[in-house]
Amino acid sequence: MDQPIQTDFIRWIVFLPLIGAIINGLLGAKIQKRLGKGAIGIIACTPVIIGFGLSVMALVRLTALPPEQRFLIDNLYTWIHLGSLKADMAFLVDPLSAVMILVVTGIGGLIHIYATGYMHDDNAFWRFFAYLNLFTAAMLALVLGDNLLLMFVGWEGVGLCSYALIGFWYHDHANARAGNKAFIVNRVGDFGFVLGVFLLFWSLDSQGHGTLTFREMARWASTLEGQTIWGLSVVTVATLFLFVGAAGKSAQIPLYVWLPDAMAGPTPVSALIHAATMVTAGVYMTARLNVFFSMAPFTLQLIAVIGLLTALVAATIALTQTDIKKVLAYSTVSQLGYMFIGVGVGGYAAAVFHLVTHAFFKACLFLGAGSVIHAMHHEQDMRKMGGLKQYMPLTFITFLISVLAIAGVPGTAGFFSKDEILWLAFSNHHPVIWGLAVLGAGMTAFYMFRQLFMVFFGESRADHHTREHLHESPRVMTLPLVILAIGALLVGWIGLPAVFGGSLFARWLEPVIAHGEHHGSHALELGLMAVSILVAASGALLSYLMYYRGAFSPDRFANLAGGFFYRLFDNKWYLDEIYQVVFVNGTLLLARFWSAFDHYIVDAIVNGAATLTRFVSWVNGLFDRYIIDGMVNALADIIFWTGNKFRRVQTGNINSYLYGILIAVVFAIIVKLRYWS
Amino acid sequence: MEHNVLTYMIFIPLAGAVVVLLLPSQSYHLIRWVSAAVTVPPLLMASWLYANFDTTTVGFQFVQKAAWIPAYNIQYFVGVDGVSISMVLLTALLSFLCIFASFGIDKAVKGYFALFLLLDAGMMGVFCALDFFLFYIFWEVMLLPMYFLIGIWGGPRREYAAIKFFLYTLFGSVLMLLAILALYFNTNPHTFDMTVMMAQAKNYSTQSLPFWPFNELRWGFQHVVWMAMFIGFAIKIPAFPFHTWLPDAHVEAPTAISVILAGVLLKMGTYGILRINYPMLPVATADMAYWLLGALGAWNIIYGALCAMAQTDLKKLVAYSSVSHMGYVMLGMASFTTQGINGAVLQMFNHGTITAMLFLLVGVIYDRAHHRNIEGFGGLAAVMPVYTGITALAFFASMGLPGLSGFISEVLVLLGVWQKYPGLAILGATGVILTAGYLLWTVQRVYLGPTNEKYKTIPEIDGREIFTLVPLGAIVILVGVYPSVVLDLLRTSLDNLNQIIIPHLPS
Repeated sequence: MDQPIQTDFIRWIVFLPLIGAIINGLLGAKIQKRLGKGAIGIIACTPVIIGFGLSVMALVRLTALPPEQRFLIDNLYTWIHLGSLKADMAFLVDPLSAVMILVVTGIGGLIHIYATGYMHDDNAFWRFFAYLNLFTAAMLALVLGDNLLLMFVGWEGVGLCSYALIGFWYHDHANARAGNKAFIVNRVGDFGFVLGVFLLFWSLDSQGHGTLTFREMARWASTLEGQTIWGLSVVTVATLFLFVGAAGKSAQIPLYVWLPDAMAGPTPVSALIHAATMVTAGVYMTARLNVFFSMAPFTLQLIAVIGLLTALVAATIALTQTDIKKVLAYSTVSQLGYMFIGVGVGGYAAAVFHLVTHAFFKACLFLGAGSVIHAMHHEQDMRKMGGLKQYMPLTFITFLISVLAIAGVPGTAGFFSKDEILWLAFSNHHPVIWGLAVLGAGMTAFYMFRQLFMVFFGESRADHHTREHLHESPRVMTLPLVILAIGALLVGWIGLPAVFGGSLFARWLEPVIAHGEHHGSHALELGLMAVSILVAASGALLSYLMYYRGAFSPDRFANLAGGFFYRLFDNKWYLDEIYQVVFVNGTLLLARFWSAFDHYIVDAIVNGAATLTRFVSWVNGLFDRYIIDGMVNALADIIFWTGNKFRRVQTGNINSYLYGILIAVVFAIIVKLRYWS
Repeated sequence: MEHNVLTYMIFIPLAGAVVVLLLPSQSYHLIRWVSAAVTVPPLLMASWLYANFDTTTVGFQFVQKAAWIPAYNIQYFVGVDGVSISMVLLTALLSFLCIFASFGIDKAVKGYFALFLLLDAGMMGVFCALDFFLFYIFWEVMLLPMYFLIGIWGGPRREYAAIKFFLYTLFGSVLMLLAILALYFNTNPHTFDMTVMMAQAKNYSTQSLPFWPFNELRWGFQHVVWMAMFIGFAIKIPAFPFHTWLPDAHVEAPTAISVILAGVLLKMGTYGILRINYPMLPVATADMAYWLLGALGAWNIIYGALCAMAQTDLKKLVAYSSVSHMGYVMLGMASFTTQGINGAVLQMFNHGTITAMLFLLVGVIYDRAHHRNIEGFGGLAAVMPVYTGITALAFFASMGLPGLSGFISEVLVLLGVWQKYPGLAILGATGVILTAGYLLWTVQRVYLGPTNEKYKTIPEIDGREIFTLVPLGAIVILVGVYPSVVLDLLRTSLDNLNQIIIPHLPS
C-alpha cells in the first residue's frame, strides 16, 4: 500500500474555523459592542474562505498525483493509544474527502456571507457566528478525520452545533424542544454507530488487525469474511449498526422526525446544516466505509428499501405543507432518501454526486426562502405570499433555477445526479425501486413547482403593510444566491451519464470507491431517462394547472378517499404522535416507575431496616428495664427487705445480745454432741 | 525509593486543621485564607508527583514505611501506583477548589474548615495507605468529619441524611474490618501489609467452604472475604441497591461537601475494589465480576439515568447521574480488557471533575434562588450567559460529547466491554441516550425558554465561583483532546492488574 503524503496545512482547514468560533464565542459580545457586527462577520467568514482556498490547494495537490497515490495526511499526534486501539489526531484528504471539504467550505463560506446579511438585526449576532464556525470546524473534522473515532468527534460535534442553532432563539420553548429532539434522535443513531464501530474494531482485532483508521480498515476488510456474531455475519450486523447512525444523522425512516422540526433554527442554518452538509454525513460515512457495506448485501438491500420509503413518505408530506421551509425540509428528507437508494444499489459515487448537486440547489432554495422570509418580515406561510417575482427578481431567478434542478430538468445538476441513481437502481436489477423512485421524482417536481407558483406567481396575498415593504435582499445575500444557482445549473456536467461519455466525478472517486459495474445498453439508459423526464414533467404540469392556471382546485385531490390521504400526509403520517406516545412517554413512564421503586422499595427497605432496628432496641429497652433491670432491682429489694427485717435484732441492749450468745452456744454444744461425735 | 512527599500531603491538612482550631473563631477571613493556604502545598506536591511519576513501572512509588505497632506487624506504609495516582491528584485539586467554594459558609466557620481539612487528610490517606490497618484508620477518619459537615452545615433534613450516611458507611466498614482480619490471620506471617497480601494472593483458599450448601458454586474463603469487602465498597460507589444514602446526603450537604462526596468519596468504592479485591482475591474477582461488577454496573447506568430523569430537584438529579456514571466504572472494570479497565479508572477521574463542576454549578444557582426546583426556573441563559455557558460545558461533558473528557472514558469502557460481553455493552450504551435525554430536558427547563420574571435581575456568576470552575473545565477539555495526560499514568499498573485476573477467568 502506498504511504500517504505527509502535509501540515490540512489541519488549518479545521482549526481556522475553530479559532474563529473560540474568538467569537469568548470575546464576541465585547467585539460586537466595540467594533460592531462587521468585525464579527469578518472573524467568522475569513477562516472559512481561507479554508476553501486550502481545500482547493489540497485538490490541486491531489490531481498532480497518480490516482492510486491520491492521499494527503496531516498527523498531529496520537490521540488515544491503548492496547491494540490506536487513534491519531490526523486529517486525511483523499478524493472523497476533497470533494466534501470543497462543498463544506465553499457552500459553507457562501452561507456564512449570506448570514451576515440575514442575521444583521439579531443582537446575538456573535453567538450565531460562533456556533456556525464551530459547526464548520466539526463538519470538517467529520470528513477529514482519518479514523472512525475522530470522525465520531465531528459527527457528534455537528450534532451539538445543530442543537445549539436549532434552539438559537431559545426564548421560545418550541425552538428549544426542537433542538432537544434533534439531539436525542441523533443520539439514538449514535448508539448504533458506536456499536458498529466496536464490532468492526474487535472483529478486525481478532484477526490481528485491530484498527479504526479508514485506509487500514479497508485493507483488512476481507478478514471479516466468515466471522459471525449471534449467528449472523459480522459485516452484516456491523453495517446495520452503522446504518442506524447514518439514518439518525441523515434523517431516514424511522429517525427522520427531527429534521422538519429543525427548521426552527435561522434559515442559513437550515441551508448549511440541515440541507447541504450535516445531514449528508450519513451518506458520506457509508461511502467512506463502502468496502464493508459492499460485503453485506442484506444491509444494502435494506438501505435501498429504507431510502425509497423515506423518499416517498417525505415527498407525500411535502405535497401538503404550507410553511415555505417545511416543504424544503421534507424535500431534503426525500432527497436524502434518493442518496440512500444510490448507496443501497451499490452506487456510492452516484450517492455522493447527488449529495454535491443537492448541496448546491437545496442551499440555494433555502437561502432563497430565507430571502423571501427576510422580505416578508419573518412570515413563513406560503398562503400569505404570492406575486413576489416582481419585487425580488434575483431571488426569483435563482429560486427558479434551483427548482428546475431539483425537479430534474435535463441539463441541470439534479437531472444528472438523480438520473444516475435511477439508472443504477434499474441496471442493478431493482426495477420496482426504479419505478417508485421515478414516481417520487414526479411528486418532487409537483411540490417544488407548487412552491414556486405559490410564492412568486399570482396575486400577492400579503397584508398591506408587508407588501409596502417588500424589497430585494441586500447584495451580501443575493450574491451567494447567484453563485449557488450557477452551481445548480452547471455542476452536474462533471458527472455525465455513461451514454454521454461517463462520469468524471465517479472516475475521480475511484481510488476510494470501486466503480460499480453497469448492465444494460445505452438505448435502455436513454429510454429510462425519457420516462423519468416525462414523469417529472407531468408533475410540474399538474402543479402548473393547479396553482398557476387554477384549472382545477387542489381540494379535488385533498378530498380523495374522504380526505384520508390528505389528513395522513398533512399530519406527517402521525409519526410524531406515535413516537411521543411510545418512546417519549414510555421512557418517562419507566423513569417515574423506577424512581418510585427507588423511593418506595429500595429506600423504604433501608429506612425499614432503621425502623426495625429502633423497634428491636425499644423492645430490648423494655426487656432491659422490666426483666433484666427488674431482676436486679428485685434482688436489691429482697436484700433490703431482709435487712429491714433483721434490723430489729440490733436492739443495742447488752442483755439481749448475751441471751443471744448463750442460745447460740447451747445450740452449738447440742449440735456438737449430737451429730459430731 | 523512600520518599516523604505523600506523608506531607496527608499530614499538612491535618496540621492545618489544628492550626485552624487555634485561630480566633470570629476571624472568618483569617480562617478561610489559612485553610486555603493549607491546601496549596498538597496541590503543588501533587503537580510535582505528576511530573515525577514513573509511568513505566508496576511497583509502588514514593513509598514511605515505618514500623508502627510492631507487635501486630502494623506499619505506617504509604505509596502510590497507577491505580491511585490519579485519585491522589484529584483529591488534592478538589480539596483546594472546595475550600474556595466554602467561602460562603458563615455558620461556625472555624469548625467547618477544621473538619474539612481533617476530611482532606483522611481522603488523601485512604488513597495512599498501603497498610490495611492504616487504610482502615483513614477510612474511618474520613467518615467522622463528613458526618458533622452534613449534619451541622447541611440543608433542612441534614440530620436524617447525616445519620443515614454515617450508619450506612459504618455498616460497610464493619464488614470490611472483618474481611481485613480474615486476611490478616490467613497471611503468614500475620501482617497488615497490603503488598504482602497481594503477593500471597494464591494462598487464600478458594476451596468451597463446608457449610456452603451449594457446593457446585465455588464459594470459598476468597469469595466470602470478597463479598464482605465488596459490600463495604459497593455502599461507597454506590452500587444498586446500596445507593439510597447518596441522594439524601448530596441534597442536604453544603455545596463543597457534595463536591467532595461525589468527586472523591464515591471513587473510594471502586478504588478499593481495584486496590484490594482485584490483586488480593483474584479468583473470587474473576468469578464475581460478570454479575456483581459488569451486570450490576450496566444496571446502575440505566437505573441511575431513569431515576435522574424523574427528579424535580436539580441537585438530586445530579446525584442520580452519579449513580449512573459510576456504573460505567464498574462495567469497565469487569471487562478485564486494557481499554475497559483504563477507561474505568479514567472515568473515575473524569466523573470526579465533571460532577464536581455540576455540583458547584447547582450551588451557584441555589445560593441565588434558594431553591433547586427544576420547574421553578426558566430562561436563565438570557440573564446569566456566562453561567449558562459553563453549565453547558459541564452538561455536555457529562453526556459524553466527543472532544470532552467524558467521551474518552465512556467509549473506552464500552469498547472494552464489547469484546467480552457485547450484551452489557449494548445495555451500557443505552445509558448514553438516556443521559442526553435527562440533561437536555433539564437544560431546556432551567436555562432556555422565556425568562422567569422572578429571576430577571439575578446576579451573574461571580469571580470566585468562576475561579472554582475554570480549572475543572480546562481539565475536562484537555483530557478530551489529549487523554494521554491521564491515561499514561494508569496504563502500566492497570494492565498488570488485568494480567493478575485473566488467568482465573472462567473460560
